[in-house]
Amino acid sequence: MNWEVIGSYLPLFWKAMWLTLQIGWIGIAFATLIGILVAIVRFYKVPVASQIAGVYIELFRNTPLLVQLFFLYFALPKLGIPMRADFTGAMGLALLGGAYMAETFRSGLESVAKIQTESAASLGMNKSQTVWHIIFPQAFARSVPSFVANVIFLLKETSVFSAISLMDLMFTAKDLIGLYYKTTECLVLLVFFYALILIPVSVLGDRLERRVRHAEFGD
Amino acid sequence: MSKKEEIIRVDHITKRYDENAVLDDFSLSVHEGEVVVIVGPSGCGKSTILRIMNGLEPIQKGEVTYRGEKVDGKLGSITRIREKVGMVFQSYELFPHKTILQNVMLAPLLVQKRDRKEVKEEALQLLARVGLSEKKNAYPRQLSGGQKQRVAIVRALAMHPEVLLFDEVTAALDPEMVREVLDVLLSLAKEGKTMVIVTHEMSFAKAVADRVIFLDGGHLEEEGTASEFFDHPKTERAKQFLHTFTYDKVEREEER
Ligand SMILES: Nc1ncnc2c1ncn2[C@@H]1O[C@H](COP(=O)(O)OP(=O)(O)OP(=O)(O)O)[C@@H](O)[C@H]1O
Ligand SMILES: [Mg+2]
Repeated sequence: MNWEVIGSYLPLFWKAMWLTLQIGWIGIAFATLIGILVAIVRFYKVPVASQIAGVYIELFRNTPLLVQLFFLYFALPKLGIPMRADFTGAMGLALLGGAYMAETFRSGLESVAKIQTESAASLGMNKSQTVWHIIFPQAFARSVPSFVANVIFLLKETSVFSAISLMDLMFTAKDLIGLYYKTTECLVLLVFFYALILIPVSVLGDRLERRVRHAEFGD
Repeated sequence: MSKKEEIIRVDHITKRYDENAVLDDFSLSVHEGEVVVIVGPSGCGKSTILRIMNGLEPIQKGEVTYRGEKVDGKLGSITRIREKVGMVFQSYELFPHKTILQNVMLAPLLVQKRDRKEVKEEALQLLARVGLSEKKNAYPRQLSGGQKQRVAIVRALAMHPEVLLFDEVTAALDPEMVREVLDVLLSLAKEGKTMVIVTHEMSFAKAVADRVIFLDGGHLEEEGTASEFFDHPKTERAKQFLHTFTYDKVEREEER
């Protein structure tokens, strides 16, 4: 392994990591938002919207991100909707992530026992007070482990962004390998930078899980 | 007793799950300061009665009123009525994401919009009364069953209810914790609180009840004062039921 090569590639990977992080962060933020909305629609069985949400979830959970990205990036422009690569990446991640997050939050909502709602009701709390003060906090706390797992999963999924020519970590590695054949150095850097992104997320996730653990289970 | 004002009136109600009638033409009235104990075999509809009195279960026939006002989970007035009709569940149902103090203070602050300082003072007093002052910042999962149930009672009391409904509040507890919870109920009875209590603890029922309702298969089988019911049950069913709580001395074979 040539440390000089590694040193000279470092800035390129560093830049690529920021791209991954930026798109990843925006995509995941929107995924969370979509997930919450879809979960609520599904949980409260809002007519029509709930069925549409069901189709959305199945569709996006059961097709590869790569295919979704290709569709967004190559098919939509043919239909007259111009797409930028970075925008496509974030949107693909948001849509895929939204489907996963929706299931995460819905099972969180479902894990709050009906009798907790009744217990709140028996204290004179109305529907919205019960939802905001009793159901959502507990549902959220129970969703945290699966939420963190989703975030990590989605960050890993960003590695297919290179397919739509986004200069992310994967793209950079492939590109450099193709140009200079420094395969080992590039792969080491690739692993290193993905770990650099994911380990802090995992550690923070652990912390968050521990903080909300007291809200798990009725007793 | 009947000169006191009627607080809750359950008037000829019928409750069905699917086609099964769980309660059939059942009536009950609860007067101010009265302690009504409901006993009966498992599945006879005791919990259902309490839930109906709190508007948690729809009914198919008849009417339940609180001070003349209709109790119906679908009406907007229900939250106001529930403020006045406290309920304590067998499984405590404390809010696991809130501390003990927050559990007690939540509804008075949120529902009754009372002054925080005053609510906190009262909550602390009530916790002290049930011997749980030092647990105020703990979370429910850190408490024993008996402690949780005492908190649940305090949480209901903090709303200043006019009636309290207790559904087998000791049924989930280890035997050594039953007493600490029943003592709280006894002291509330002594204060003259109006209560409807469902319990399987017969000696407690006898001690606390002004009136005993014996329910069987969704019907009111027998009704009377504590001593009438426990010492001189009238119906065959009641005698049988009470007999299940007594045990004859075992005679060993070799002593015969
Ligand atoms: N949600 C429900 N759906 C269908 N049947 C129900 C439901 N809840 C209760 N029941 C039935 O209604 C009857 C009365 O139930 P209830 O819980 O009131 O009995 P209980 O007297 O409180 O019994 P226990 O002493 O075991 O608590 C039972 O036969 C029960 O199976
Ligand atoms: Mg019951």
